[in-house]
Amino acid sequence: MGYSGFKVIKEGLFGQKGWKPVWRDPAPKSEYDVVIIGGGGHGLSTAYYLAKEHGITNVAVLEKGYIGGGNVGRNTTIVRANYMLPGNSEFYSHSLKLWEDMEQDLNYNTMMSQRGVMMLCHSDGQRDFFARRANAMVNQGDDAELLTPEEVKREAPSIDLDNVRFPIYGGLMHRRGGTARHDAVAWGYARGADQRGVDLIQNCEVTGIDIEGGVVKGVQTTRGAIRAKKVAIVVAGRSSQVAAMAGMRLPIESHVLQAFVSEGLKPVLPGVISFGMGHFYISQSDKGGLVFGSDLDFYASYASRGNLPMAEHCMEACMTLMPSLGKAKVLRSWGGIMDMSPDGSPIIDTTDTAGLFLNCGWCYGGFKAVPGSGFSYAHLIATGQHHTPAARYRLDRFRTGRGLMDEEGTGSQHNLH
Amino acid sequence: MRLPCPICGERDRREFYYKGDALALDRPAGDADGGVWDDYLHNRDNLAGVVRELWHHAGGCGAWIVVTRDTVTHEVHGAERVGKAKA
Repeated sequence: MGYSGFKVIKEGLFGQKGWKPVWRDPAPKSEYDVVIIGGGGHGLSTAYYLAKEHGITNVAVLEKGYIGGGNVGRNTTIVRANYMLPGNSEFYSHSLKLWEDMEQDLNYNTMMSQRGVMMLCHSDGQRDFFARRANAMVNQGDDAELLTPEEVKREAPSIDLDNVRFPIYGGLMHRRGGTARHDAVAWGYARGADQRGVDLIQNCEVTGIDIEGGVVKGVQTTRGAIRAKKVAIVVAGRSSQVAAMAGMRLPIESHVLQAFVSEGLKPVLPGVISFGMGHFYISQSDKGGLVFGSDLDFYASYASRGNLPMAEHCMEACMTLMPSLGKAKVLRSWGGIMDMSPDGSPIIDTTDTAGLFLNCGWCYGGFKAVPGSGFSYAHLIATGQHHTPAARYRLDRFRTGRGLMDEEGTGSQHNLH
Repeated sequence: MRLPCPICGERDRREFYYKGDALALDRPAGDADGGVWDDYLHNRDNLAGVVRELWHHAGGCGAWIVVTRDTVTHEVHGAERVGKAKA
């Protein structure tokens, strides 16, 4: 079933009775060519691109909960390609291009809105760093503009430029960045994969990975054993547990990241704004709610909730940036579990077990990577070769020390990225 | 979350700096194999459950302590000074 404006009008006239579930709910078969563990954004996009780009459709996506119920449905929905280091730069550039074509490609309204991502700086040093970063972005072929304080004010009049401790020295504007409807991204990829024959199997938790003689043979699940020629792990937040089933110990520590949503307000923010004071970022959803967040809670956690100190810090940053938002009421907050890697960059690689693939370590940048990660992971699974934009996301960079991508230069500590 | 400093008693989480898994105490020899250093610097058990972690009471007495804590519930089971934990 394709979607169109005509279809929306027709259903409006006839009581919305013609809409059908957009993906099947199949029971697992006994064998697949590829089993993808994890039905989050990355797992669904991997399945979609396996089918679309490589013609591999005998694929199952195993999801222990329900589609769209994990981090892909709980994030601050920011899409951008403003990285600096080789490795990240070309990967996120490729991912942003996929974002720009996504709605046509999926025939699904993901509400991709390139309303701009503006980062603010508060010192000469930060401004110099932004200039360097902007040059790296332009060299990659993406867009970047340095803004003066007056130009920042023109973009977002509610910003307080003259805060005594954190005055605004300028901004780095990335106009092709923006936001997308996170649930719709999951649903769009799920529908696209299902239409091409992929089985999306929900309420199916993997309990073991079968390996014989160094070759993967399949998985054990709560819905029975499933044989597979290839098994792909993509379970951010629980990567260490699933990899342990294959005898692996990963360079990952799980941390909780909180996010907040306010009541709906009239339009007050033009796009995404990030504030150098303690890493604060905010945007406004199409419903009018302010969506904002800050840093990790900084301690290892699998509890999907944070503690008050970081909530307080986040509100303080918001008030410092835009005092006028002080009376907005926070409707809800939540905590998602992040795969923190030692250099802040992800891993898309093969493993020592033949036929077993690994995709993890997205820290808190996984949402914008959904299309690029799936595209590159599908390429690796199908061909055995690293996809060029993701070729530096190697697992062995930590052991060898070659090719580490530490954007912030904070060193090998998982919670500092 | 409040952590029980063995010297100061129970204190707010904000007084403490989190270093990570307590394996940070077992620093390998300088000439140890690369894989040993990789395990020390990067690889983690990352358990969902009770773990031992290294925290620094930076905003208090300055002691480095080993905290036993549940990463699923945030329940804190106890803490001891690094010197005692190692002995």
